[in-house]
Amino acid sequence: MTMDISAAGGTSIAPAARALDVIGADLTERSLRRYLEGIAGVDAVGLEARAEALGTRSIKTTSKAWALDRIIALTDLTTLEGADTPGKVRSLVAKARVPDPDDLSTPQVAAVCVYGDMVPYALQALGGAHAGSTTAGSGGINIAAVATAFPSGRASRAVKLADTAEAVAAGADEIDMVIDRGAFLSGRYGEVFDEIVAVKEACRRDDGTYAHLKVILETGELNTYDNVRRASWLAILAGGDFIKTSTGKVAPAATLPVTLSMLEVVRDWHRLTGEKIGVKPAGGIRTSKAAIKYLVTVAETVGEEWLQPDLFRFGASSLLNDVILQRQKLASGHYSGSSYVTID
Amino acid sequence: MSQARLTVPKTYKLYIGGKFARSESGRVYEVTTRKGSFMANAAKASRKDARDAVVAARAAVNGWSGATGYNRGQILYRIAELLDGRRPQFIDEIVQSEGVSTTAAAAQVDEAIDLWVWYAGWADKYVQVAGNGNPVSGPYFNLSTPEPTGLVAVIAPQDSGSLLGFVRAVAPVLVSGNTVVVVANERTPLAALSLAEVLATSDVPAGVVNILSGSPAEIAPWLASHADVNALDLLGAGDLDWIDLQIAAAETLKRVLPPESGADAGAPSIDRITFFTETKTVWHTKGLL
Repeated sequence: MTMDISAAGGTSIAPAARALDVIGADLTERSLRRYLEGIAGVDAVGLEARAEALGTRSIKTTSKAWALDRIIALTDLTTLEGADTPGKVRSLVAKARVPDPDDLSTPQVAAVCVYGDMVPYALQALGGAHAGSTTAGSGGINIAAVATAFPSGRASRAVKLADTAEAVAAGADEIDMVIDRGAFLSGRYGEVFDEIVAVKEACRRDDGTYAHLKVILETGELNTYDNVRRASWLAILAGGDFIKTSTGKVAPAATLPVTLSMLEVVRDWHRLTGEKIGVKPAGGIRTSKAAIKYLVTVAETVGEEWLQPDLFRFGASSLLNDVILQRQKLASGHYSGSSYVTID
Repeated sequence: MSQARLTVPKTYKLYIGGKFARSESGRVYEVTTRKGSFMANAAKASRKDARDAVVAARAAVNGWSGATGYNRGQILYRIAELLDGRRPQFIDEIVQSEGVSTTAAAAQVDEAIDLWVWYAGWADKYVQVAGNGNPVSGPYFNLSTPEPTGLVAVIAPQDSGSLLGFVRAVAPVLVSGNTVVVVANERTPLAALSLAEVLATSDVPAGVVNILSGSPAEIAPWLASHADVNALDLLGAGDLDWIDLQIAAAETLKRVLPPESGADAGAPSIDRITFFTETKTVWHTKGLL
């Protein structure tokens, strides 16, 4: 189905395949609002208790070794600083390819996540290790680019779309977009919906394929779990391939309860349509211990088949070093130290 | 209405990163008087507590080693001041746990206070003694200065005076700007744990001193092999298999001080300060006018 943007009328919104299937042909701002506001509220106390309980699971020895390797394979190694340079991106890519030079059995990360203007440098540095290249085989590393005036999302639609299209043209495999939280919080769901649809269209490559779209909800600014659930539905209905918690620039970033509530939406969507949507908690996950809690939560909520790079990612920078230290501890039997991993 | 007061038995906690924490393992053990009656409970640290203590101590290295020697001296002197203010408590604990006379306990506390003052004085002076301007055949200033090695794990004396032995082990390490993870006297840990309360209320930054009570035999191997520990003071490890600890320490190139025993164990010496330093030598051109 084509996804051309209908600009006519204040209430009509862009037709998106999923929304048309679920809500019906009369896809208007009003019907969308009715649908989203009809979603049952979140039991906040129950959600937090459930997240807490899942976090107490004890993962040891061989399970831990598996979990650590899996965390690395699910990581979007990220650098999103104003001070980023091509050199910084090259060293990030080097680390993504060989996370621990002392142990070449360490898996590669799933992707590197950079600002749009850094995509060419990441592409160049990845070379044959890039997922799109012919030599990478199945285990290549993707390039994810943040777009749409990341992290605030405060720019005109045209600027956001140009930002996205430029990153895709430069070779980004995945686009991390931010939603317009201002519009969402003031109830203009149709505007948010339209924008996601338009960005999705901007992810289209010349050959007709699409760059993977991750929709950042910035849950730290949405205030309630009800809003998180509603925004998750909204992002999925509008065509997002992934829903992502945060930019990492706002505190609180990813938390376990928020991620759990998003996973529940993904589970419900899967039951409803059979389609699998990815989830990416990002920001604030710094230790292996915290990351393992997320793995448990994913496995218990949507199932173990979600623990693969197409369906679950960690957006992290310092997490990788901690996981490597833990791997070294498992291999050597003694605690390792920060002098034994690279400085980011 | 006069009723017999109930005693308030205390559970001492570990001192990690400036906070009083229970052992991650949830374990405690009984601390008894010399004669065997119950005094208090103390947390029995596990290897994971040691790991957490190392993380806290590592985080404190930059701040503590970056402070001026003068500032460190002032802070160490402040410990002596506060220790002096709580003299009766320490005397009481030593009398009970070591079974010594009040006079002997008072002498021990006084010596410990004086030792803090003595080491405090060295903080802005040891560099002048241990450093040097080296004569070189060229138009250069060539200066060698000692710098702290980083994070030092210490096994406090297990037989001698519980407060004095602890101070003898810990104070010299702090002088140059190292941070410390110390395993206290296992049988009589109260002096060390009460000293933690002194440290927490003096100006010592969080994480500079981390105190673990429990079994040195259980914890020491983890500290000796820990890659983030830069040096190991085995002062009180005489009863342990300390050769193995040395071997484990060698794997990650740690400096190691061997155990000492008797009344003179860890006697005050500038050598105990300079042992935990690394020498940095700087070449600088002389101005040619």
